[in-house]
Amino acid sequence: MRDIAIIGIGHTKFGRASKTSLELFSEAALQSIDDAGVDLKDIEALFQGAALPGFEEGQVTPPGFSAAELNLCPIPATRYEGACASASIAIREAAMWVASGVYDMVIAGGVEKALLMGTLFATRTFAMACHAPTEGPVGLTFPGVFAMAARQYSRNYEIRIEKLREKMAHVSVKNHRHGALNPLAQFYKKLGDLKVEDVINSRLVADPLTLLDCCPFSDGAAAIVLCAAEKARKYTDDPVYILGTGQGSGGSLSKMADLTKPVSRINSARMAFKHAGLGPSDIDILELHDCFTIAELIALECMGFFDWGEAADATVEGQTDLGGKIPTNMSGGLIGKGHPIGATGASQVYWLVKQMRGEAPKGNQIDPVPEYGMTDTLGGDFGTLCHIILGRTKK
Amino acid sequence: MKEQEEIEKEYTVLTFAEYEEGLRNGKLLGLRCASCGGITCHPMPVCQWCGGRSLERMELSGEGELATFTVIRVPPEGFEDDAPYIPCLVKTKEGPCVAGRLDYDAEQATQELIGKRVRMNGSYTYKGDKYSGGAHTCPVFEVVK
Repeated sequence: MRDIAIIGIGHTKFGRASKTSLELFSEAALQSIDDAGVDLKDIEALFQGAALPGFEEGQVTPPGFSAAELNLCPIPATRYEGACASASIAIREAAMWVASGVYDMVIAGGVEKALLMGTLFATRTFAMACHAPTEGPVGLTFPGVFAMAARQYSRNYEIRIEKLREKMAHVSVKNHRHGALNPLAQFYKKLGDLKVEDVINSRLVADPLTLLDCCPFSDGAAAIVLCAAEKARKYTDDPVYILGTGQGSGGSLSKMADLTKPVSRINSARMAFKHAGLGPSDIDILELHDCFTIAELIALECMGFFDWGEAADATVEGQTDLGGKIPTNMSGGLIGKGHPIGATGASQVYWLVKQMRGEAPKGNQIDPVPEYGMTDTLGGDFGTLCHIILGRTKK
Repeated sequence: MKEQEEIEKEYTVLTFAEYEEGLRNGKLLGLRCASCGGITCHPMPVCQWCGGRSLERMELSGEGELATFTVIRVPPEGFEDDAPYIPCLVKTKEGPCVAGRLDYDAEQATQELIGKRVRMNGSYTYKGDKYSGGAHTCPVFEVVK
């Protein structure tokens, strides 16, 4: 298998978009092609994450139309759907196709217009990523799943729920602080000076999670250009290499006894580390799936960055912020930057590449420039997990 | 002959519709694995613990421990009239976890409920929407006093 490089990146402004999904994806794609300095004619296949386009715009099979908008037809264009991890599995697949030698250069990314659905219908469609037969009639929602996880976290580690709410709030405060500095974030220049009390006192969505424990619904797109590593230097002086990927699948909650230790996430992260030949201590920066504050704590522990039950205090101590043990979600994460679900995995990769080029927004850039970074993306209630490890040097 | 057998072979020991009908009749149905003895619930085509394919129907006690719960304040479309309501996860005596509703005052539901003994005391049927493939039923649990 060949090594793979990322040579171009593109990212629309996240938030409310008046443009169509096709327009949003085209903008991110063209930006990534311009950034790479390549021609559309060089692209041999398109890999697109999109979770709910049928419900948002009445559109299925969007990648063919995206390819058409970019005059890429008839190259193969495929949709990847893994709920909120859609773009990550699209990128993972794209990397495999390039590594295998079938293609030399492809484009991968994702797009979503979730905000236009409104809270009631968006909550319904997001809940479609729960196990429909058993969790559907219960009326479970995504905040509901992570609220249940928070209560288990509280019980497992004997942290009083009021105390845990305070600790979780630090995730929101941190991620909003960095999101407010990110010009492409949904909450750019907003909520940057959030206080723990603001998070705790905002409206309850699913007890004990409040509105400010949750990421928003968002519209947006992100895309990257991947090519065979041996050709990367032809196009750029600072390629970023995909060193390892992992993927895992879960099932209905009836297969899980403890939502704080999802096997799908643990295995996916280990697969990525093994593939890259690296471990948690090698990683300098994370973009992980903070769909809810508690989700960030669970992810940090499952990936092996902190022992079980220790991510909450570590967050309060600043170990996941700039200058800490492992800066996490310096883009603002899903909470501060927004979460157009089908695009999120590509957005995470985009911001790691920005960090590795030293181009992250002031106040978010880690110093020195990170050597290794890792993404974590979660789809459904632990149904689809994907991890991608990036590095500035080849293996 | 072989082709006919293959066409007629039944892979599903307990259908989801039968499982839901059981719930509506106050029974929590599952499957026992001949290989590992583990109990599978909801019904799946193979054992949820070992993947064994020799399964027989059984009835769970409906008793267990409240693993976790939440109170939904912002419901999805179709559940507006139910909110606030309490989804829960129950670790059954027989092993598998089951998602259901907790029959409890939403305003009184606090962390202390976790770990309490619960038992199935009925079921809840959601009438369904355009996307749900019809109505579906889940178990309802009460806290054992």
